[in-house]
Amino acid sequence: MTDKAPSPVEGIKERSRFLRGTLEQSLADPVTGALGHDDVRIIKFHGVYQQDDRDLRAERAAQKLEPAYNFMVRIRIPGGVLTPAQWLAVDALAAEHAGAAMRLTTRQSIQLHGVLKRNLKRTIRAINDCLLTTIAACGDVNRTVVCTALPEQSKLHREVYAHAQRVNRHLLPATRAYHEVWLDGEKTEIPAGGEEPIYGATYMPRKFKIGFALPPSNDVDIYANDLAFIAVARDGELVGFNVAVGGGMGMTHGNPRTYPRLAETIGFCRPEQVIAVAEHVVGVQRDFGDRSDRSHARLKYTIDDRGIDWFRGELERRLGFSLEPAVPVRFTHTGDRFGWVTGEDGREHLTLRIPGGRIRDDGERRFRTGLNAIAAVHEGDFRITPNQNLIVANVPPERRADIERLVAEHGLDAFTGVAPLERDAMSCVALPSCGLAMAESERYLPEIAAKVVALLEKHGLEDEEILLRVTGCPNGCARPYVAEIALVGKAPGRYNLFLGGGRTGERLNELVRQNLAEGEILAILDELFADYARGRLPEEGFGDFLHRAGVVGAPAGERRAAAS
Amino acid sequence: MSAVLTNPEGVVSPRTIEALEALAAPLGRDELLWASGYLAGLAAARSGDAPRAAPATPAAAADAGRWLVLYGTETGNSRRVAQALGEQLTQAGLSAEVKDLRDYDPKALRRARQVAFVLATHGLGDPPEGTEAFFDYWLGERAPRLEQLRFSVLALGDSSYEEFCGFGREWDARLEALGAKRVHPRVDCDVDFEGPAAEWRAGLVETAAKEARPAPTLVVANDRAPRPAASRHTRDAPFAAPVAVNQKITGRGSSKDVRHLELSLEGSGLVYEPGDAIGVWPENPPALITALLECTGLDGDAQVEVRGEPMTLRRALATRLEITKLTRATVQACAELAGDEDLARLLADADALREYLATRQVIDLFAERRPRLSAQELVRALRGLTPRLYSVASSLEANPDEAHLCVSVIRYERFGRLHFGAASAFLADARREVPVYVEPNDRFRPPRDGSVPMIMIGAGTGVAPYRAFLQQRTLHGASGGHWLIYGDRTMRDDFLYQVEWQRWLADGALTRIDVAFSRDGPEKRYVQHCIGERAAELYDWLERGAHVYVCGDAEGMAPAVHAALVAAVQRASGGSAERAEEYLHGLKTAGRYQRDVY
Ligand code: SRM
Ligand SMILES: Cc1cc2nc3c(=O)[nH]c(=O)nc-3n(C[C@H](O)[C@H](O)[C@H](O)COP(=O)(O)OP(=O)(O)OC[C@H]3O[C@@H](n4cnc5c(N)ncnc54)[C@H](O)[C@@H]3O)c2cc1C
Ligand SMILES: Cc1cc2nc3c(=O)[nH]c(=O)nc-3n(C[C@H](O)[C@H](O)[C@H](O)COP(=O)(O)O)c2cc1C
Ligand code: SF4
Repeated sequence: MTDKAPSPVEGIKERSRFLRGTLEQSLADPVTGALGHDDVRIIKFHGVYQQDDRDLRAERAAQKLEPAYNFMVRIRIPGGVLTPAQWLAVDALAAEHAGAAMRLTTRQSIQLHGVLKRNLKRTIRAINDCLLTTIAACGDVNRTVVCTALPEQSKLHREVYAHAQRVNRHLLPATRAYHEVWLDGEKTEIPAGGEEPIYGATYMPRKFKIGFALPPSNDVDIYANDLAFIAVARDGELVGFNVAVGGGMGMTHGNPRTYPRLAETIGFCRPEQVIAVAEHVVGVQRDFGDRSDRSHARLKYTIDDRGIDWFRGELERRLGFSLEPAVPVRFTHTGDRFGWVTGEDGREHLTLRIPGGRIRDDGERRFRTGLNAIAAVHEGDFRITPNQNLIVANVPPERRADIERLVAEHGLDAFTGVAPLERDAMSCVALPSCGLAMAESERYLPEIAAKVVALLEKHGLEDEEILLRVTGCPNGCARPYVAEIALVGKAPGRYNLFLGGGRTGERLNELVRQNLAEGEILAILDELFADYARGRLPEEGFGDFLHRAGVVGAPAGERRAAAS
Repeated sequence: MSAVLTNPEGVVSPRTIEALEALAAPLGRDELLWASGYLAGLAAARSGDAPRAAPATPAAAADAGRWLVLYGTETGNSRRVAQALGEQLTQAGLSAEVKDLRDYDPKALRRARQVAFVLATHGLGDPPEGTEAFFDYWLGERAPRLEQLRFSVLALGDSSYEEFCGFGREWDARLEALGAKRVHPRVDCDVDFEGPAAEWRAGLVETAAKEARPAPTLVVANDRAPRPAASRHTRDAPFAAPVAVNQKITGRGSSKDVRHLELSLEGSGLVYEPGDAIGVWPENPPALITALLECTGLDGDAQVEVRGEPMTLRRALATRLEITKLTRATVQACAELAGDEDLARLLADADALREYLATRQVIDLFAERRPRLSAQELVRALRGLTPRLYSVASSLEANPDEAHLCVSVIRYERFGRLHFGAASAFLADARREVPVYVEPNDRFRPPRDGSVPMIMIGAGTGVAPYRAFLQQRTLHGASGGHWLIYGDRTMRDDFLYQVEWQRWLADGALTRIDVAFSRDGPEKRYVQHCIGERAAELYDWLERGAHVYVCGDAEGMAPAVHAALVAAVQRASGGSAERAEEYLHGLKTAGRYQRDVY
């Protein structure tokens, strides 16, 4: 594959002069709401995606209008931490340019949707004004570094988060293009050696993702990252990190060269080695990743193509030292823990459920107004979880009542009174903004979750914690392939059904049936819930049960009928 | 009576005279005048097929009896009246020449003896596009006297404008001031001009006939006259064009509803060229008729007469009467017929009346004042319905048997009531057939030579004819550049025919485009701003022989664009404002600066 011609995107990157492209011209073109072809690629590196309202495509074609182009602006918020002032600033932008809505993401960031081209500069400048950025929130670079969100283990968490931030900063692109285009920085000469000491002129072959997890919480689904640092503590002190590589969710229907894969642990590094490990893992992938086939260009494929031993060898050669043996770690759960949790330092943290990650006012649920009211009085910070939820963090105990009142007033207590399946369920964005969506996801989840809960009630299982995730296509943005039940969009109203993930994010599920309509999905689940209610062991999760019952896990020929 | 029915030549038999006298006996003065016009109209209409009567008298002093009929038109009404007058004069045994003012050498008027002017008012009390050269000369300080001239003026206008027939009146007064002799009084016509125009023609013909009897010759010296009608369909005999496409082309977020209509002309024989307009006879919106009947308490089934034709009131309101645009005449009729003193006071206060007419439609008057009128009185109070014009947005060559229109739909709520634009709402709802005719406009044409560049300036639906231009020019592989300067409210939802311009831009048919979207930025931006920003290039194009076109709103846009063009030429050429005005004036005279504004 290395002797094949590089993908066209490689040429675009190379010609872009370190991500400048012809963005200025594209932004200034008054005849279209879109960018020029190459700039659509380049702008991703600036944290911006060109999209169009897919609900309006046919209608606008008939109207002799171009698609309703607009832009999704993804803010880079490592570890998901932001101050109330930043929250309010982003909200104000959302109000002005993004339909008064914010979207919390599965990588702890905020997306603004629907920003018009002419408002992009203003928006991005304002984001930078409040000390946030959008650079490299997308594109073939290291993305926002994620980190376990809930600072329950106060001291350890502070340290782990600091490492996440440091890695995040270290791997930011160095080009001045971002400043030039958005912040009206002066045009500078590109130095002879280029502007990117780490990335080079063509950046990474593909996106690259790094996460930090602080066990026992695996809220970040750490093994879905290209590079994972799993904190190891001894007697309350951080001693280092297990290093895992080669995770990723995305796949393409019908392309066996693509598949979800969990990161493999290759050893342990000490805290002071973290930056070097990160930089060189990036370096190996930069130099050996597949630059001809973008569907096969993630680190996971580089590793599977060359072998994990080759990878470790290459890495250690570059590091100049060997990784120590990994230390056993134990995760007890993925997902978030809703409600109040008191940290070791006595500060209190309230995790709120934000269905679909959407912050907006909608009838009784006045999330936007409510969170703005909280931000106005809150003395701690906000933490976006890797599951699109929000933590009002570091509340002094004496302020807890104030926050609680605002939560109740604005319908922000959506985590109470719902079945666990509904509470923990997660969907990606999909229609109408995502250009890759094949089926509904965010707009569909409430409906399908309610129907699945109804089935659970039928079998007396409504209090079981079962992890349901839905995505609109196989790219896996809501990390469906580690869920116990996952619906992955195939076509409008049709999903592939995956079953058998766990509750800790350490096992992939399996495709059991393709192209199902809702009725078929519910029929299969109905039957399996019945079996589960009858045959489960005490405390046995649904995914584990499916494995034990042979619905998944066994060689295809020996699987149970329902799943064939 | 006998004064009217003089018959010195014995053209008419005594029996006919008797019959006419019997018919005329019960008629009042107004009705008689109307009848005279009516008969004259009949004569004109028949002149086409009936062999023309031999001249009653051999040529007398040829020139003394010769009438020149000069017309100034934008939308063709004046031309039609002028032509009818020409034929009528000829019928009456006089000789006449009918000429478009735009083709008339201003100075030639000094030599003219007898001239009938048919003159429409446009803009805000202005002369029709293209006639400026003539009027600049004669309204100017240095205009010579016109003692030799005998004249009459027919003014065409629209009483919903403040300067009703303003220009016709001004011209009438000016001729008098220059010493010319008015031989027949001016008549001011509202948009339902047919009746009063016929009266005027009859009166003028009669006056003229009294004075001289030259050999009748009719010279229609007008190379801009409409093409020989291949079609039997005219303004008065429209073609019921099937609606093939009726598509809203503004997006969801738009504050406007603009329609793209594709009409089928198949079998009609109608032909048009880019630059022409399609005339549409609307039917008033049923909801508005219902509302009006409710306000007046009248029964839609009541029998009324409209121009002597019996029909139900509902039918009259739907197809014969104007029930949207409000005019002074209607206010006045209501004031008088219903004895409404408040309205009478309003009529006496020019400012208040102007404000009233500017903000209200017919329905508001009736809903607010509730005048008690009989069904027939209502018919009398309302103006006759007239067709509306829409620039054709297609090239017939590129779209055989089709005419495309781009129509901005007027429909809004005010004072708690629904308001409509008669024709635009009719078109918006049109699914089956629309009565249409072709209104040629030779003053708005792409250059014949494909290598001549074009600058096309338009806002809103003013862009429609440019679509036709480009379709036509690309079909013929025109090599001259095409520059579109276009404006509307928002890029996202109001960019009319956006993808087509983009395609033309991509394939090079459109050389350049500048756009101004007034609601997209913190500051309002209009087409005139684009012109200001591109002064040097614009001047360069003009120097390379480009033609400039302006289409769209007459009130706001056209004057602002003109001012911007003057400023641009001035800046780019480094001359004075006067020189720049002259430059543009020169372009106008050369037919290189053409406007179609409404
Ligand atoms: C917003 C978000 C989902 C959400 O509901 O929260 C999201 C949304 C999109 N993802 Fe994602 N991805 C998001 C997390 C993920 C994750 C989860 C994670 O990283 O933990 C994955 C799976 C992990 C992985 O990378 O394998 C993920 C795998 C993808 C892929 C498949 C990548 C692959 O190599 O297989 C694509 C498609 C691509 O890159 O070509 C994609 C592409 C997209 C795009 C940008 C579609 C596109 O390329 O045009 C989606 C924008 C939708 C929209 O309208 O907002 N997204 N995407 C998440 C934003 C994270 C962030 O803040 O940075
Ligand atoms: C040569 C020529 C070409 C033309 N080309 C086009 C074309 O291509 N496309 C096009 O759409 N039009 C075009 N027009 C204009 C068109 O002929 C009509 O005048 C227009 O459609 C309105 O007619 P209507 O019957 O719908 O409204 P009418 O029944 O005539 O009602 C108009 C009245 O409604 C009221 N009114 C209208 N808008 C508002 C408002 N926003 N707020 C308050 N009151 C309002 C006013 O009282 C106004 O007098 C052209 C006109 C000419 C002369
Ligand atoms: C853009 C425009 C402006 C007009 N302005 C006036 C005006 O100021 N006063 C007036 O009495 N009539 C005005 N009219 C009405 C015309 O004079 C009337 O429609 C007339 O019948 C047109 O005659 P024509 O077809 O010969 O041009 C205007 C018409 C248009 C389209
Ligand atoms: S999973 Fe697919 S549909 Fe969903 S947001 Fe990601 S790319 Fe779009």
